Amino acid sequence: MNADLKPVADTAPLLDVLHVRKTFPRGDGAELLVLEDVSVAVKPGEIVGLLGRSGSGKSTLLRLIAGLSKPTGGEVRYAGRLVTGPAEGIAMVFQSFALFPWLTVYENVALGLEALKVPRDEIRRRSLAAIDLIGLDGFESAYPRELSGGMRQRVGFARALVVHPNILLMDEPFSALDVLTAETLRTDFLDLWSDGRMPIRGVILVTHNIEEAVQMCDRILVFASNPGRIVSTIEVPIPRPRNRLDPAFAALVEQIYVEMTAKPGRGAAPRVERATGAGIDTILARVSSNLISGLIETVAAPPFSGKADLPEIASELQLEIDDLFPVAETLQMLRLADVEGGDLRLTPEAISFADSALDERKRLFARHLLAHVPLAAHVRRVLDERTSHAAPKSRFLDELEDHMSPEAAEQTLRALVSWARYAEIFAYDDETGSFSLENPT
Amino acid sequence: MSNTTTAWSTASRGAPSRFDLIALLLVVGVLAFFAEGSRGVLAPLTTLDVSPVSLDPARLPMYVARTTMRMFAALALSLLFTFTYATWAAKSPRAGRILVPLLDVLQSVPILGFISVTVVFFLSLAPGRVLGAEFAAVFAIFTSQAWNMAFSFYQSLRTVPAELSEAARSFRLSAWARFWRLEVPFGMPPLIWNMMMSMSGGWFFVVASEAISVGSTTVTLPGVGSYIALAITHKDLQAVGWAIAAMLAVILLYDQLLFRPLVAWADRFRFEQEPGGLPPHSWVLEALAGSRLVARFLRQLRRYGRAVGAAIRTTRPVTVRLETPERARQLDRIATGIVALMLVAAVWQAGKFLAPELGWRDIGETVGLGAITALRVFLLIALASAVWVPIGVYVGLRPQVARIIQPAAQFMAAFPANLLFPVAVMGIISWKLNPNVWLSPLMILGTQWYILFNVIAGASAMPGEMRHVGENLRVTGWLWWKRIALPAVFPFYVTGALTASGGSWNAAIVAEVASWGDERVTATGLGAYIANATSDGDFHRIVLGVVTMSLFVLLINRLLWRPLYYYAERKYRLS
Repeated sequence: MNADLKPVADTAPLLDVLHVRKTFPRGDGAELLVLEDVSVAVKPGEIVGLLGRSGSGKSTLLRLIAGLSKPTGGEVRYAGRLVTGPAEGIAMVFQSFALFPWLTVYENVALGLEALKVPRDEIRRRSLAAIDLIGLDGFESAYPRELSGGMRQRVGFARALVVHPNILLMDEPFSALDVLTAETLRTDFLDLWSDGRMPIRGVILVTHNIEEAVQMCDRILVFASNPGRIVSTIEVPIPRPRNRLDPAFAALVEQIYVEMTAKPGRGAAPRVERATGAGIDTILARVSSNLISGLIETVAAPPFSGKADLPEIASELQLEIDDLFPVAETLQMLRLADVEGGDLRLTPEAISFADSALDERKRLFARHLLAHVPLAAHVRRVLDERTSHAAPKSRFLDELEDHMSPEAAEQTLRALVSWARYAEIFAYDDETGSFSLENPT
Repeated sequence: MSNTTTAWSTASRGAPSRFDLIALLLVVGVLAFFAEGSRGVLAPLTTLDVSPVSLDPARLPMYVARTTMRMFAALALSLLFTFTYATWAAKSPRAGRILVPLLDVLQSVPILGFISVTVVFFLSLAPGRVLGAEFAAVFAIFTSQAWNMAFSFYQSLRTVPAELSEAARSFRLSAWARFWRLEVPFGMPPLIWNMMMSMSGGWFFVVASEAISVGSTTVTLPGVGSYIALAITHKDLQAVGWAIAAMLAVILLYDQLLFRPLVAWADRFRFEQEPGGLPPHSWVLEALAGSRLVARFLRQLRRYGRAVGAAIRTTRPVTVRLETPERARQLDRIATGIVALMLVAAVWQAGKFLAPELGWRDIGETVGLGAITALRVFLLIALASAVWVPIGVYVGLRPQVARIIQPAAQFMAAFPANLLFPVAVMGIISWKLNPNVWLSPLMILGTQWYILFNVIAGASAMPGEMRHVGENLRVTGWLWWKRIALPAVFPFYVTGALTASGGSWNAAIVAEVASWGDERVTATGLGAYIANATSDGDFHRIVLGVVTMSLFVLLINRLLWRPLYYYAERKYRLS
């Protein structure tokens, strides 16, 4: 552990993020707000989780803390000093492992010490110690391509730990691994952490996996998107080692689901909030019609019979929240379901959708699409009014871009096209980029 | 300047096999055959001087159009060659054993040394003299374009995913339908890319092949190349300027009207969509796609295509033909027999042609000169690398800068550097500089850009997280270059450097000897040897020079670039 940190009292935060704000310049000169007024404090001995869906700015926040990019407003303080660039004492573990394929395990691990101009003998001693600690003994001379995903991420951990950081930043470190490997790695990490065998004093974990957050963290900060911000802070009082089957564990997971699907007012799901009743400025998520009917069928059938607990569906269908929430929200927007308190309840129309044959399903879906998605109705109206019954994609893109970023506009239009094709309310030709009422020839 | 990128992943990996030797001997034999044929018909053609070119800039657009026409004629031929040769090589392992090494040898033959030989040959074949000269020019361009296209398509045919192939078989598609519905679309993106690289390289050769003097025979085809040749004879710097401007305009048009639309269009055939990269865009393609007139035209075209397809289509589905081992052995024997026969003929032809005229001294001389040129190429590649690798890395890590520089580098690679030679030569003559030193940079003038744009591509392909690791661990300075930047761009660099090296050998033939009016500067080297033999009309020395140069290129490729390429692929490729 670093000697110059001794004077800091144990209760004083290791890391202080104060009212941080981050914008990215957009193509049209405007600015895209990705983080709004975020404050986080990490105390010694604490694992803090940043939980949210993709696009909620949690990875951006992690990079601000690492000094890899600069906040537009607010400040990041580490050990009392302002972070202006990559700081000694903050190390990071990456989602894609980010190992250098041309370096062996040993060389990958030693790289950080070489950069610190540590004497050769010490590089060797410390690198081997880190490799040993993380369970990579015997793999020193292997190249990353020879290792399995789990072993690669172990190298990622060893590489971060070898520089003896005070704070370890983890950017979804287990999400590229299969379920079993991820679980093993998590448990190994927690064992080392609980035994105090790692030099680190604080951890920040970015994740979109609710159960992972509950299993690992002392405190979970729940993020919402557009713009990214913290909507709630949840303490995890369960003693380690934690058991997923423990009722307290399950209750906490359920509570977080409720937080993340909260109705307007709580602000956790702004997309839903704007979806109901709003105009064409709603950003649509790309959700395939297969997933929509799949979810409706699953929830309509026993044991759910029309009403289901989101965590249960997630584990039943093996869906991560990044997959499940957009479908649930789309169902809600189409008035095929109500999502509240972590539950998804199908509307009577959705039940009849589940009971219908394909043609009837399409008719029902078309009705709901035109009635509840203003953009669908708008495109259909424009096509009806034109004598040619055709309109270029750019016409609608321009309109959407008044309200959203070009990427979001593209995504919204893509989502609409896929639903409209299923509903057969209008056609789209990708080669010419034109909408029409014609049937494809 | 053929882009050999794809050749490396297909040709046999290990040490040179006996098939390489056979291929080499066949090529030498054919060369000797051409030269022999040409020598016989040289005399009656001595007065040939086709439609004199004028230096009037107003005629330049017409010359440019003629030059461009030749390019497209050659491209059409190359496509035809690709679809037949590569398909044959891929579908018949027996033929592929000899066809693939043959292609590898062919792409090492310096085309510019070869032109003189073929020009006279085609002149003697063609009924009208102009047509014969046109054939020769088109053939020269063809030889600069076809090989890498064929390699690329061969590679695609060999890597069609098994499932797609099985699907086609289970739907009982005929061989014809399978070729057009599956194999051609699958091979399209790399083929288009190679076609474009071929075209870029082709400008260099089209310019060089329009004005050729073999002995006392002068062939002048109306075009940019002969325009600039005339400007050099007349010491007309202004005309040189006009030619350069016209060429810049043509390449800009070619880039905007053909290259970009085609690349954007071919994107749809990409089998795997790697996320992250933006699909290529082209305003021309978007304009065309949006036009109703074009849509109607294409519909009509498709209708005709279907009619033609229905007419030729063989309805017989592909059945798996089982060769009995007995029959296979028999066919093998026949194939071996044919190759052996051709080999004997080639060796006999080459021996008959070269042996009486040339002794060991000549061979020693060409090898010595080859070594000098090789040294020159290596020094220049090293110099260009020292300049462009750091710049390429810098640019590649900055997407905004790369967006501007990357197309510019590709553009520069397409620009025929030989148009710029007169300017340099004038400088060398007026300042009395040492031609052995100062002519050398001309060899790499047009090819150095391959290093730059490959390095840019390599640096921009580096994953963001990997760069963040370096920053997070605060790896800076030389350690950063050594551990992160250089290894990351290394495979891309090797691709660029081997292309640049191959192109420089070719350029040596026009760069080691240069003239301005009646003044002539010569550097010592194999390129100058071939160029001088050409202007003397000495076919024996041309063939000896070309064969020696081919061997140098082949050996350097086999002993240096290819092992380096595999090493880079194995150790440094990010995936």
